[in-house]
Amino acid sequence: MRKKLLLFLSVIVSASLTIALGGCQGDKAANSSKIVVGIAQDLEDSLDPHEAVAAGTKEVLFNLYEGLLKPDPEGNLIPAVAESYEVNEDGTLYTFHLRKDIKFHSGEPVTAEDVKYSLEKSAGMGENESQIPAFSLIKSVDIIDDATVTITLSESNLELPSYLAAVNAAIIPKNNENPAGDPIGTGPYRYVSRSPQENIVMKRFDEYWGEPAAIEDVTFKVEANADSIVMDLLGGSIDMFPRLTTTQVDQLNDNFTVYEGTMNLVQALYLNNAVKPFDDMRVRQALCYGTDIEGLLSLAFDGKGTPIGSSMFPAFGKYYLDELNDTYSYDPEKAKELLAEAGYPDGFDFTIVVPSNYQPHIDTAQVLAEQYKQIGVNADIQLVEWNTWLSDVYTGRQFDATVIGVDASHMTARALLERFVSDADNNFINFSDPAYDETFQKAVSTADDAESTGYYQELERILSEDAANVYLQDMAEFVALNKKFEGYTFYPMYIQDIARIKLAE
Amino acid sequence: MKGSGLNNFRFKAGVVISALMVLLSVIGMIGTPYDPNAMDASAKFAGVSAAHLMGCDNFGRDIFSRILSGCGTTLVVAFFTVLIGVLGGTLIGAVTGYYGGTVDELLMRLNDTVLAFPSILLALVMISLFGSGKIKLIAALGIVFMPSFARIVRAEFIKCRNMDYVSSAKLMGVPDHRIMFVHILPNATRVMLSSVAIGFNNAVLAEAGMSFLGIGVQPPDASLGRMLSEAQAFLFVKPSYALFTGLMIVLMILGFSLMNEGLERADA
Repeated sequence: MRKKLLLFLSVIVSASLTIALGGCQGDKAANSSKIVVGIAQDLEDSLDPHEAVAAGTKEVLFNLYEGLLKPDPEGNLIPAVAESYEVNEDGTLYTFHLRKDIKFHSGEPVTAEDVKYSLEKSAGMGENESQIPAFSLIKSVDIIDDATVTITLSESNLELPSYLAAVNAAIIPKNNENPAGDPIGTGPYRYVSRSPQENIVMKRFDEYWGEPAAIEDVTFKVEANADSIVMDLLGGSIDMFPRLTTTQVDQLNDNFTVYEGTMNLVQALYLNNAVKPFDDMRVRQALCYGTDIEGLLSLAFDGKGTPIGSSMFPAFGKYYLDELNDTYSYDPEKAKELLAEAGYPDGFDFTIVVPSNYQPHIDTAQVLAEQYKQIGVNADIQLVEWNTWLSDVYTGRQFDATVIGVDASHMTARALLERFVSDADNNFINFSDPAYDETFQKAVSTADDAESTGYYQELERILSEDAANVYLQDMAEFVALNKKFEGYTFYPMYIQDIARIKLAE
Repeated sequence: MKGSGLNNFRFKAGVVISALMVLLSVIGMIGTPYDPNAMDASAKFAGVSAAHLMGCDNFGRDIFSRILSGCGTTLVVAFFTVLIGVLGGTLIGAVTGYYGGTVDELLMRLNDTVLAFPSILLALVMISLFGSGKIKLIAALGIVFMPSFARIVRAEFIKCRNMDYVSSAKLMGVPDHRIMFVHILPNATRVMLSSVAIGFNNAVLAEAGMSFLGIGVQPPDASLGRMLSEAQAFLFVKPSYALFTGLMIVLMILGFSLMNEGLERADA
């Protein structure tokens, strides 16, 4: 009897303890505000901003670092470490006025010395190689006074500010000897810790120069297994995950807000312009006419996604030309005519190589193969591993066609269009058109912004008319955020800005 | 004795199920209700109905048609895998078992090396060297399947090679290849039969596994493994896709397993 009573008591005590502790935990969580963000891959390249390579790394580092300038969600450049800047008439000398009250996470103020050191390191003048090719134009970085730094270029370049806003051009303290292991920047969050293959933890930087972040603690958790993302969201071990598929979104419940944006990349059936039959423009155009983009979107993407007609997406505002979507409308008859003209009245066979880890691209290839049957063209699909894709297709250029999305690493039209210059290293489709090369030279050497925009638009027109590739869409992006939070903001680049997220009212 | 001979229940049930599966596959090769790869946006995730016996997948493709065609693909891959395995294995087993000596040592150590690797891993290596696709998958799996057949045949040959009838055949001047394949080989058929049944099941599973991993049959072609891999993404939205496909794999294997067990009981 006594034993039973004891047992009963202990159950009650432990139960009430659990409740009390549970309640306590709940309160704490609410006060200290903590968010766990799932990311698809680990940050293996480097936490040193000047050495980070992967887009997935840079989008996380965006929260730690800032350059002289930074991008805003509308795609404009806003002042960050620099308060303002001027550029001389021929676009070769930039003068930056530094912000006065700005501090590093270490508590030390940002000096002109730090800026000079960072920019030189970023431009590859130190021990490392530069991640920004355009920085080869930088002739010198000079300190004028405590709050003024100038950058001198060897030739005119109007896009320098866009590059300076990249994570790869972040300002870091000169006295930090280990930027990769102990990252220090000026961003709204400061670095706390990182466990490889597991997570990276950050805390709000209370002395941030701008509006401080709303959430105090952020953990970026590595979700290596794509199948467990939905489970982890539903189970509560992550609060947010960017870039979900429609199928994953369908499986979420009411506890999540799903934000819909665009991925800001050019998804296309990229054609190897150097191999038969794609060396014939008429064949490439025939494929364009034989592609029903609306049909593709409704079959494989639930109707979501923005059709595009050249290597440019809508987020790039002034450079983007909406009318290029209409260069080719779905017209199988016209496609057959063009094929017959090119000497393929009975169609032909080709292989679409697709990286096996990207389901949307695999789905796209399957729909395209089905559509091309209508014009008598037989497309086989070959799935390859990502590394094989990189070595055989992207670097080796041994392929007929591939479905992939190409993004822009900087907010410049050049980032998207330079790769189609005949001798560009990353011209993996072997596109070659003298008129294109000539126009590109004009676009980059013009000091007038309106004029260079015009040239860039001309380049897009050439790509579209030459049917360099079968342009498909800028894919829709879905971000799931637990309803405990609100305020997720899309950027026209690969960026996850946690500072704008706050607790829901 | 009761249950002896090929008249037992297991064998009969196995034959019925296997015949059904083969029949389905043959139907799938002759013609399916819909083109197994034809997409239809209006039928995305359509439920089970008279028009679509098993519903439709994410592209509006008829699952029943895909299963018919997928069974065929899987069966063909498994059949040729086992065929290559048996032919190659018999040849190696016969030569090593009959002659013995250095050839035996050399080939059998090689054999052991191949066996030491997990078969899927070995097939993966071969696929990554030679590329993916149906034909290459059959070749890779066939090679992986050879050693186990070789061992069985070799054991049988070692048992028989010193028997009187072999010795007398030798004395009469019968050529070696005739002794090997006409005199001794028929003795190995009984053991071979049951290992073929097991091998066939393993081949079905291997195809399913490889295609599930995305390195076997390439989309949009249907095979049971490929379909299972596709169904995985919709497990919560449309569980019937995975269930129907999985059921087919189970039935295919069950049929041959029952037949094999029936055979063994008949031996006992």
